Amino acid sequence: MAATELIELTAARAVAAIGRGEIDATELFEAYRAAARADDLNAYLWVPEGPPAAPPADDAPLRGVPLAVKDRFCTQGVPSQAGSRVLEGYRPPYTATVVARLAQAGAPLLGKTNQDEFAMGSSNENSAFGPVLNPWDRARVPGGSSGGSAAAVAAGSAPWALGTDTGGSIRQPAALCGIVGLKPTYGAVSRYGMIAFASSLDQAGPLTRDVHDAALLLAHMVGRDARDSTSVGFPGEIELPTTGRPAPEAGDSRPLVGIRLGVPEELAGEGIESGVLDAFNSTLGLAEQLGAQIETCHLPHAPHALAAYYVLAPAEASSNLARYDGVRYGACVGEGSGLAEMYTRTRSEGFGDEVKRRIMLGTYSLSSGYYDAYYGRAQRVRTKIAEDFRTAFESFDFVVTPTAPSVAFKLGSKTDDPYEMYLNDYCTVPMSLAGIPAISIPNGLSHPPSGGQVALPTGFQLAGPAFSENRLLAAAYALEAAIGFPAAFGPRTGPAAFGPRTGDGGVGRGGR
Amino acid sequence: MIDREQVLHVARLARLQLTEDELQRMSSELSDVLGHIEKIDELDLDGVPPTTHVVDVANALRSDDVAPSLPREVALEQAPAVADGGFLVPSPQAG
Repeated sequence: MAATELIELTAARAVAAIGRGEIDATELFEAYRAAARADDLNAYLWVPEGPPAAPPADDAPLRGVPLAVKDRFCTQGVPSQAGSRVLEGYRPPYTATVVARLAQAGAPLLGKTNQDEFAMGSSNENSAFGPVLNPWDRARVPGGSSGGSAAAVAAGSAPWALGTDTGGSIRQPAALCGIVGLKPTYGAVSRYGMIAFASSLDQAGPLTRDVHDAALLLAHMVGRDARDSTSVGFPGEIELPTTGRPAPEAGDSRPLVGIRLGVPEELAGEGIESGVLDAFNSTLGLAEQLGAQIETCHLPHAPHALAAYYVLAPAEASSNLARYDGVRYGACVGEGSGLAEMYTRTRSEGFGDEVKRRIMLGTYSLSSGYYDAYYGRAQRVRTKIAEDFRTAFESFDFVVTPTAPSVAFKLGSKTDDPYEMYLNDYCTVPMSLAGIPAISIPNGLSHPPSGGQVALPTGFQLAGPAFSENRLLAAAYALEAAIGFPAAFGPRTGPAAFGPRTGDGGVGRGGR
Repeated sequence: MIDREQVLHVARLARLQLTEDELQRMSSELSDVLGHIEKIDELDLDGVPPTTHVVDVANALRSDDVAPSLPREVALEQAPAVADGGFLVPSPQAG
């Protein structure tokens, strides 16, 4: 099979083809390595010199299908810089648990992907190593902070990728690049070896071409880890979606019969670009045809989620990032000038603007005299938001929203206004604060409001109760089939490329 | 609102030295963001308990087994300066 055909296979198809002996794992790795090395979107910060020294074990379930990994994960002996100058050239002495688990399962490291510095950003413009370009339109951002992982998967230089989501950093770039992104329940996946931003929110998750691949990768990520005492693992196994029937009901074979979708009016109206909202509403129509019941629901505290998040996440960051002091690893500046001076110069020269802004914000809200007014209140808002979701899930199986309020925006268009940038997280932050799982699936294309020749991807977000990943994936799988967004890599140019999934029940080009 | 003096105070706490330009931008940007954040003052949160952690886990205990840890030389490998098997730092008294 030619290299171009190899990389058209979804990860699950590649796994199956290697299993049947139709393709060779090393050949597949080399096809992707060549694609990653040829990447001109600045999606990769590191790509290996050759294939892995040891082939995957014969019984490794992922069969050697390679994995792109966000820079923020520690990988032994391989640069792990979290997109920051302060960690430039840092090669950790150990590997993050989730990366090690996936390697053990047969997914070797294809490369490290670019990201916003310490995962703080929604456009990937905060990387110390330059912005990532969106493969649909290179004048636009891929979203962030997992922008490199999203762009790599969307452009076909990786079959799938690992990202992290603190307030939307998997879901929003997945939406802006036209791929699938899943944030698991907090605690389902180990955070050990994931360079910390906001520890009570950070969670690793898959970025993939389709829902089936997301389930397959997640199945090998979850689990309790003795090295992360906040990890609780997953009750049972992650199931691969095959029928798209989360709640089968006798006599009606439509896949979403019996499923109740709540549309929170606080997150699916005001502030959302009209084209994005149109695409969202048209998918609600499809869901109804598939048998789902759709009703408006309420998350009364959701409009305050962003404010609470931008207190809590910077507060945790200001504490976590205190470790960058020039002593144990990373950059060190001013070592001849006394200890305090060395700390200050290392940090002042090592951190970029957004990271400094968040450290300042966090330090302020934790400082004497302000703690109760900011941090204390934000923690109480968090309680109310989690309660809002619990109440909603008494009447609904899932809450659904547009993933991001807009399609991909132009590079540089929001960098002068931090709050304008933060609004990208408006629909994703509430789920992060509640610790619940949420998935973004490609939801067709929309033209940006300013016009423009290229129609750009939008995302449809589904969120469920803690540990509802299996039902969430099944529902997303059914909707993905109805939406008919092709799972083959690479930007498509128009709605003509769309059509509902038919035939073998799989999606994408290339045979199973 | 956060004024210049407060920005300088917070920067000292965070061990950050800001240039004059950064200082001015930080003051206006932080004021703007805090203005949005202060909307949570509208909410009645009396009697609402704070959430520090979303997963309901009280204690995560493990058995206290002795296991090998990172060898000292490996732990020191990435350090900017090392002496006598430890991290080397400038004197806290200097500067």
